[in-house]
Amino acid sequence: MHWVFEPGFFSSGPVQVACAVGSIVAVVSGVVGVFTVMRGQSFAGHSLADVATAGGSGAFLAGINPLFGFVAGGVAGAGAMEMMGVRRARGRDLATGIVLGASIGLAALFLYLGTTRSSTTGASQQILFGSIFSVAGSTVPIVAVLSVLCLAIMALVHRPLLLSSVSIDMAAARGVRVRVVGLLYMLALALAVGLSSLAIGAILSTALLIGPAAIALRLTKRIGWAMLTASLTGAGAILLGVLLAYDSYDWSSTHAYWPVSFFIVVIIFLGYLVTELPFVRTAAARRGDDTATVTERGR
Amino acid sequence: MFAGFMINAWTVATIVAVIAGVVGFFVVLRGSAFPAHAIPNGAFAGAAGASLVGVSTLAGLGVFAVLAALGIGALGRRGRHDVVTALALVVMLALGALFLSQTTEYEPQIFSLLFGEVLGVASNEILPVAALGVVCIAAVVILYRPLVLSSVVPDIGEAQGVSSQRMEMAFLVVVALATAMTVPVVGALLIFSLMIGPPAAARSFTNRPPVAILLSVAIALVTVWAAIAVSFVTDWPIGFFVGVLGALSYGVGRAWAAWRRTRTVRPGTARPETARPEPAGAVAQG
Repeated sequence: MHWVFEPGFFSSGPVQVACAVGSIVAVVSGVVGVFTVMRGQSFAGHSLADVATAGGSGAFLAGINPLFGFVAGGVAGAGAMEMMGVRRARGRDLATGIVLGASIGLAALFLYLGTTRSSTTGASQQILFGSIFSVAGSTVPIVAVLSVLCLAIMALVHRPLLLSSVSIDMAAARGVRVRVVGLLYMLALALAVGLSSLAIGAILSTALLIGPAAIALRLTKRIGWAMLTASLTGAGAILLGVLLAYDSYDWSSTHAYWPVSFFIVVIIFLGYLVTELPFVRTAAARRGDDTATVTERGR
Repeated sequence: MFAGFMINAWTVATIVAVIAGVVGFFVVLRGSAFPAHAIPNGAFAGAAGASLVGVSTLAGLGVFAVLAALGIGALGRRGRHDVVTALALVVMLALGALFLSQTTEYEPQIFSLLFGEVLGVASNEILPVAALGVVCIAAVVILYRPLVLSSVVPDIGEAQGVSSQRMEMAFLVVVALATAMTVPVVGALLIFSLMIGPPAAARSFTNRPPVAILLSVAIALVTVWAAIAVSFVTDWPIGFFVGVLGALSYGVGRAWAAWRRTRTVRPGTARPETARPEPAGAVAQG
């Protein structure tokens, strides 16, 4: 059994922190991600991650914990997108893309200035691609608090959000404050993006937000089950990724760790491809979960 | 800044701007913002892999970008298009990160591939890049009518025998080739800005495709030249200037369009100069 769990895996400090942070982040991403996918906001979610990149890079330049930068960037990006609020889908995509581009440009500048100023190596790769193993133990409580905050927001708005995702007019007619709900959701999304940026890097965080949620929504149409499935899938991917990355040290004679984020992203992607397999698709369709479709619950 | 070794940079930058301006026009027209953002990441992975294995970077860029385009096109047909694009995007980034992690030059390579490098193209690569550019332009010229048709009025296009799906795949491949050439200079993460900022701005100024394309190329040229010049002087990454200038041109375009709307006399009137002169501050009708 020891060739699966390489020696020292369970007792390694960074591994324990990684598993703790990873599991928490997976739950947050899964819950928020289900709504993101349902609302067709994958591109917006990805763009938020790019603004978070700029935030994290700025934090690095300023010498503070990147997590605060990621979250601040995400919140700023969410605010900007709400303000821009272009109606037509294409116009919105363009505006989102422009914000994305400018943010990445900013990130490039911050990273460049930061690395030349402090001459630390590996900063770019940590901000961009993450390294869950280098999360400090002291960051864990902050992660927990932010995650609880995010989940609290979601608990508050998930019903009206569901309603307004299905039909804005119906929601407004029912007295839902659509704008407020939208803003709160964007805040939760920004928090989720910021947290997953810490785990697997800003530009990869979309995988954790979208992937498990997309997998879950292919398997079930009931929101509650979808959120649970997404959380478990995400957590599974992270834990398995941590394990594989730890083991990868011994895979080649050069003794170089493979990036853990790579494993996590690929595992999620493979999981999604599995749901594309014919027999999985027909099994999910046949399961009669369709009795509680999204549209029906909105009624 | 015009020393011998910089001539390469200026030449390649010009080619890059022309390609981005032309192909980007159709990206904006078709609303293919997200795939246009995802495909360059395939190029990134390809360049990283090429660097690891030791083959020509351009080959790696091209092959992986085209594979990414085909993958996104194929998978996108069945699953939710935006989900697939998002996942493909990050998988390729992660793949590139893996390849680079196995080389010794991790940090600087990440940086130049993602954020651009003024001297990103070696002199022996200029000819292949120019050739690829010609291929891209030729493809756009040949496919011009069916492409415009399927972009603007896909149903009429279908009725005329233009398969939307085939156009989509063909277009994605053109985008792949365009990004393969442009990524070394502008960076995988920033080429997107060059492909949507200038064309979006151009479309704010004019509706006629040929004029818009030319304007888009002009704006892209100014953007890239300015970016190279300032990057050369300040040593700051070229990607920063491309991103900011792209946003700037988009903003100017939006502002112009908004200003034009307040000058319109009747809904549907395109050009203010053909309208009856109104006192300043006329209320918008449209």
